[in-house]
Amino acid sequence: MFLPLLSADNWLREHPRQLGPRAFVDRAQGAMRIMAVDEIAEALGLTPGMALADARARVPELDSVPYDPQADAQLLDRLADACDRFTPSVALDPPDGLILDITGCAHLWDGESGLVTALATLLVRQGMTLRLALADTPDQARALARHGGELLRAGRRIRPSQINDVRPVYDGVGTGDMLTHNPETVGIEALSVRALGLGEDRTTALRRAGLVTLGDLAARPRSPLAARFGADAVTRLARILGEEDVRITPRRTPPALTCARRFAEPVARTDFVHAALHALAADAGAELARRGQGGRIFAVQLFRSDGARQRLQIETGQATRDPDLVMRLLGERIETLSDPLDPGFGYDLIRLDIAVAEPLAATQPGLDGRGDGAQALSLLTDRLSVRLGAGRVRRFAAGDSHIPECAGFTVPAGRPVLPLTEHATPAGEPPLRPVRMLDPPQIVDVIAEVPDGPPRRFRWRRQTHDITAFEGPERIAAEWWKRRDGAGLTRDYYRVEDSAGRRFWMFRHGLYGAEKTSPDWYLHGLFG
Amino acid sequence: MTDSHPPLAHLKRQIEALSPSLGDGHRGRASLGLSALDARLGGGIAKGAVHEVLPCTTEDGASAAAFALMLAARISGPVGKILWIATDAQLRRGGQPYGPGLRGLGLDPDQLILVTAPDDLACLKAASDSLACAGLAAVIIEAGETKRLDLTASRRLALAAERSGVTALLLRPGESVIASAAASRWQVTSAPSARLPGQAPGHPMLLLSLVRHRGGARPFDMMVEWNNDDRSFCEPTLLRGVSSPVERRQLAA
Repeated sequence: MFLPLLSADNWLREHPRQLGPRAFVDRAQGAMRIMAVDEIAEALGLTPGMALADARARVPELDSVPYDPQADAQLLDRLADACDRFTPSVALDPPDGLILDITGCAHLWDGESGLVTALATLLVRQGMTLRLALADTPDQARALARHGGELLRAGRRIRPSQINDVRPVYDGVGTGDMLTHNPETVGIEALSVRALGLGEDRTTALRRAGLVTLGDLAARPRSPLAARFGADAVTRLARILGEEDVRITPRRTPPALTCARRFAEPVARTDFVHAALHALAADAGAELARRGQGGRIFAVQLFRSDGARQRLQIETGQATRDPDLVMRLLGERIETLSDPLDPGFGYDLIRLDIAVAEPLAATQPGLDGRGDGAQALSLLTDRLSVRLGAGRVRRFAAGDSHIPECAGFTVPAGRPVLPLTEHATPAGEPPLRPVRMLDPPQIVDVIAEVPDGPPRRFRWRRQTHDITAFEGPERIAAEWWKRRDGAGLTRDYYRVEDSAGRRFWMFRHGLYGAEKTSPDWYLHGLFG
Repeated sequence: MTDSHPPLAHLKRQIEALSPSLGDGHRGRASLGLSALDARLGGGIAKGAVHEVLPCTTEDGASAAAFALMLAARISGPVGKILWIATDAQLRRGGQPYGPGLRGLGLDPDQLILVTAPDDLACLKAASDSLACAGLAAVIIEAGETKRLDLTASRRLALAAERSGVTALLLRPGESVIASAAASRWQVTSAPSARLPGQAPGHPMLLLSLVRHRGGARPFDMMVEWNNDDRSFCEPTLLRGVSSPVERRQLAA
């Protein structure tokens, strides 16, 4: 699928009824140059790459608008989202194309022509102008769409005085039989050699050699071609002719299992949506049970009839196929949405993807009627992760660092972790590390007898603490091998106890004299 | 009239089934490892109940948290799972739990799951959900000074704990004496530790005050030390130069 007028279509979505000629310009090669044009400007002979001054000379009424590639990329991304309803494997072909792998998806839409008609209808209703092509391999389809495909657009009114050569305009797409012929019959061999995408000079060289169409090239032996026009020319030719099949890389890996439900009438009521989701979860559960698998990541996609799409995802700590559990987690997820589900005019397609599935054998519940403790715990962490966010349910993991705050870091509970095994206290020693760490360490006023000696008294949170016992310093160097300047302040840690028996962990930041003239003191942790 | 009278006995059983007695320790008791302490509590701390832990002053917050962790360590044993639920505000103020420090107390950090809640309501909701989970041994709940944790809320927690057998340890900020359905309420004060050679601070020393107890134990104060090697409370070692007045009182008693 090729969107030749993506920028213009994007602009018109926000500024309806303001027809051009219009050019999208940006500074390039020392001048304002046209990056994209709309259809009227195109019909008037303006092309991307032309300097704006030249274009103005030819078409004085040209309207110039700043080129915004980011907005165009966002629109392309949204369109790709909308196309997710046709197939799970959609790939972006930036800056202005999409490639859909519809292998095995066409029967859901009454065959290939049904799918293509539905796709064209959806996009044209969104105001897009597009060229579609359907072919056996991605590269062939891409060449056909960009260089021979049929141009489809909604019937915009164009003033005839401005246009000499208007391409066929489709009014009300989707009703007629405009896509009855198979685009493949256009003939890949009739395409110009430009479709190889070799660049201007090599294309001209091919033309001069009398090779105008791909058919001319295909008839020749390949090795002289490779010798004269480069090996990539032959590779591209083979791909476009379908002799070599390179699969697309979809935006998202295709899910392990997909269940979908389409509605003749869009559904907007929440309880219908829930019922549909439950039915989908039950279908998916039955299929997973047949395969001996359980899902780990479940993604629900709600496709609205106006092309918007909402995506919800839940993740479980253990593989499951229980529809009630999936629904409970989804319910939690829906409750935590910052803006509630907005069905708009209703959903016309609801899909449940099981993105990751793992082997799961059938289990027998215990005869005493009590569940497995580990399983109950995993259900609890799943629920809390879904409700509060995965980052809020954490476990301790081993941190490969001697910097104290890095040594005790935590990871979300669902992830596999290397358990924290170091920092075992030698027998008979009191705890050498605090129970609680202040993050970040808090600066304190310290009085010490000598500037590089232990602290005597400090002030923290408007309280003065007289130190009666201390142990230290425990000298911890900065990670100088990670720093560009190879330096970093050394910390001298002291375990101290004040007169009331409170135990603290504090450090002097920087060696007195050698690294800093008046090092600061920080309180880093609290002992029990 | 005797219990053998069939309709009455049946009715009694029904009433017993309807209202589980709170915190009477029928889920068992966890020994605290110190016989003097266990004896005062009637065999140890009750499992499947709510226990409140309060710091004596705000500065004793870390000691109160450590005492809750010590109780959880006694209740869970070496493998049982402990869930610590805290609000963001409390963690910012009191500090983040630190894995190597937990190991220093004798706990395996792998036993602990840390849940942070954005506010008190989410914290209490998560707490009541986790108390229903039989896969846990203990839940430490650290909510702020909140009006939400009233008698009704604490009774709900107590019922959930009673039903599942999970012990709830409620860490409350100091000076809050709101009525609650807790089985016991402890006030914790840091105390000077027994010095190690070279005037180094020693093992964690805490002055515990049992303020109230549902099982009928008399309020008492006791100085205890925590031994992180065998994960138990013990008598304070008498190596310090001058004993504190509190300890002298304890010894005289």
